[in-house]
Amino acid sequence: MATLLRPALSLMVLMTAITGVIYPLTVTGIAQLAFPQQANGSLVRDSAGQVLGSALIAQDFTGAGWFHPRPSAGAFATVSSAASNLAPSNPALATRVKDSAAQLVIADQGPVPLALLTTSGSGLDPHLPPEAIRYQLVRVAAARNLPVQTVEQLLQQHIEQPLVGPPVVNVLLLNQALAQLKN
Amino acid sequence: MHSYDYALILAFFALVLLPAPFLGRFYYRVMEGRRTWLTPVLGPVEKVCYRVAGVDPGTEQSWQKYTLALLAFNLAGFVLLFAILLLQQYLPLNPQQLPGQEWTQAFNTAVSFVTNTNWQSYSGEATLSYFSQMAGLTVQNFVSAATGLAVLVALCRGISRRSAQTLGNFWVDMTRATLYGLLPLCLVLALFLVWQGVPQTFAHYVNALTLQGADQVIPLGPAASQIAIKQLGTNGGGFFGVNSAHPFENPSAWSNLFEMASIILIPVALVFTFGHYVKDLRQSRAIIACMLALFLIGGGTALYAEYQPNPTLNSPLVEQTAPLEGKEVRFGTTGTVLWTETTTAASNGSVNGMHDSLNPLGGMVALVNMMVGEVIFGGVGAGLYGMLLNVLIAVFLAGLMIGRTPEYLGKKLQAKEVQLLVVTLLVMPVGVLVLGAIAAVLPSAVASVSNPGPHGFSQILYAFTSASANNGSAFAGLSANTPFYNLMLGLGMLIGRFGYILPVLALAGSLAMKKTAPIGQDSFPTHGPLFVALLTVTILLVGGLTFLPTLALGPIAEQLTLGF
Repeated sequence: MATLLRPALSLMVLMTAITGVIYPLTVTGIAQLAFPQQANGSLVRDSAGQVLGSALIAQDFTGAGWFHPRPSAGAFATVSSAASNLAPSNPALATRVKDSAAQLVIADQGPVPLALLTTSGSGLDPHLPPEAIRYQLVRVAAARNLPVQTVEQLLQQHIEQPLVGPPVVNVLLLNQALAQLKN
Repeated sequence: MHSYDYALILAFFALVLLPAPFLGRFYYRVMEGRRTWLTPVLGPVEKVCYRVAGVDPGTEQSWQKYTLALLAFNLAGFVLLFAILLLQQYLPLNPQQLPGQEWTQAFNTAVSFVTNTNWQSYSGEATLSYFSQMAGLTVQNFVSAATGLAVLVALCRGISRRSAQTLGNFWVDMTRATLYGLLPLCLVLALFLVWQGVPQTFAHYVNALTLQGADQVIPLGPAASQIAIKQLGTNGGGFFGVNSAHPFENPSAWSNLFEMASIILIPVALVFTFGHYVKDLRQSRAIIACMLALFLIGGGTALYAEYQPNPTLNSPLVEQTAPLEGKEVRFGTTGTVLWTETTTAASNGSVNGMHDSLNPLGGMVALVNMMVGEVIFGGVGAGLYGMLLNVLIAVFLAGLMIGRTPEYLGKKLQAKEVQLLVVTLLVMPVGVLVLGAIAAVLPSAVASVSNPGPHGFSQILYAFTSASANNGSAFAGLSANTPFYNLMLGLGMLIGRFGYILPVLALAGSLAMKKTAPIGQDSFPTHGPLFVALLTVTILLVGGLTFLPTLALGPIAEQLTLGF
């Protein structure tokens, strides 16, 4: 028994020290030096330094003058966030999607992009496909008395196209740029 | 599919298949105690570990002693983690002052992480302190993977040694697997992930005032270090509740690619490690071919399924494209499906989109990947020892067909070995069908189901499949934080883990003692296309067919009612 107990307990303690304390502390040390912005949550601040949110965490936008993000199954709660987990066969999904399509549809703009009608896996999806932003462009420009071209230009500057994934637009950063445009 | 979708698939296979042979050789050298370029740094640490533990690295153990050491170490890990989870309010690094977990949930969580399953009936950001995540869960993320790797090399030694009484030393194998096998890769991946946007800090959560003036709490923590081992160790337990769908766990298409590749890299490399043990890399290539074939069949089916628009959303007001419910825009359909295929094939329970919302056939592919026993690459170590069991079964079946004593790499398979193989064949049916059937008839357990119709049954089926296969992903609409599910799924995870490990070690011990017959002209070759086909069919028939009736009641029925 003793021949098992000593190695089992001492190696458990040693592995806890190495992988549970030294390793995360080392990563934290290097990360805080090399990538402080990302390591601390990619925070977005206003000109006074007040934290407006995180570039990676969606926030709710309402009203005609802002670009709206994807709907959130957890109402944009962050602790903890949630998904709908609705099965494709669940009638509640079809009802919810069709109801919000009826609310969001804009005449002469075709069907509502699916990204604006479906909740994400995280409940905090910070992005939209460019087409889903473009769908809202006329509404936002009109509400802000801006020429559509100006807002379109802003959108173009915010499209990210990675080599290995779909093009995306960060809704919070776009809205922040929009707010600064007004000033 | 767009050009970036093809680029993602190509990059994924390149990142996995190109380094795997080299990494596999590295693992062989490390586990056999040879000198590597990391020895000057890690050698002294290793020596200190042995000195403190009173372990002589030169002494080997019989299969019985090896097994006892493994069980003692896993038990010690369970007790420590269970205690940390229950008592976290009295422990340091708890800036949000979170209370301890309820005991059935703490039991479930501790079993889950010790067995490399990482099923989660809690949300990390709302229930666990930084200390619990770091000193509790991260540690088991490492050592549960190291335990799997140790069992695998014990089996490799059993197959490759002649008339031997010992299989190696568990303490040494576990220590080397952790220090050389996992830590260095984790350090690199963790820093890459921080660069991409994963937080790594001990500061408390940040209060933000949004652009429209609402209050928002930004949860933080030492996430990157845990997510690196979560993926490389085929664990899958999220730092945050919504797992790899959370933008802080998986911030970009690039992090998605590298996390996916990390999930499957070590399991692929270990197939080459096996080839070095038996001094025949043709065996590795045959096994890889079978795994790749199954991976491509599953991945292709799931991709096809997920690109079909959901017919129930048919309306002139709704854009008809591939479903997006439960998916993140930055990954798209291909990035989500490839992730689902990779994680369910590799026994890594992380999700970057909600499996509950996948089209029925997509969800079924995930289920089948797990039901065949997590052998399509599978977990670290666990995948290949599971696959080698299938290899032995295929050899046995071939032996029956040609009427000779079955033989694998010169080792005769006799009654004792075949009995042990049959025991392992029962693990998944008992865990999924017996435990799942109990849940499906108890009204209190059925009450946890969140979707109507056949999909509700799929939710229960998925839970017990995931637990028994030590995967950890979920059809997460199921309310699994009830005493019933916490205890029953905990039991399923224990059956799924030790129901394989014990017979595998006994088998390794028995094979090691045998003489190795010279491989003659009339031995059945186990490296050609004929054997690859036989192995693939064996896995699908022996492993998969058992579950066909349950699949018919769940995803197949749902697919038919949806009218695709």
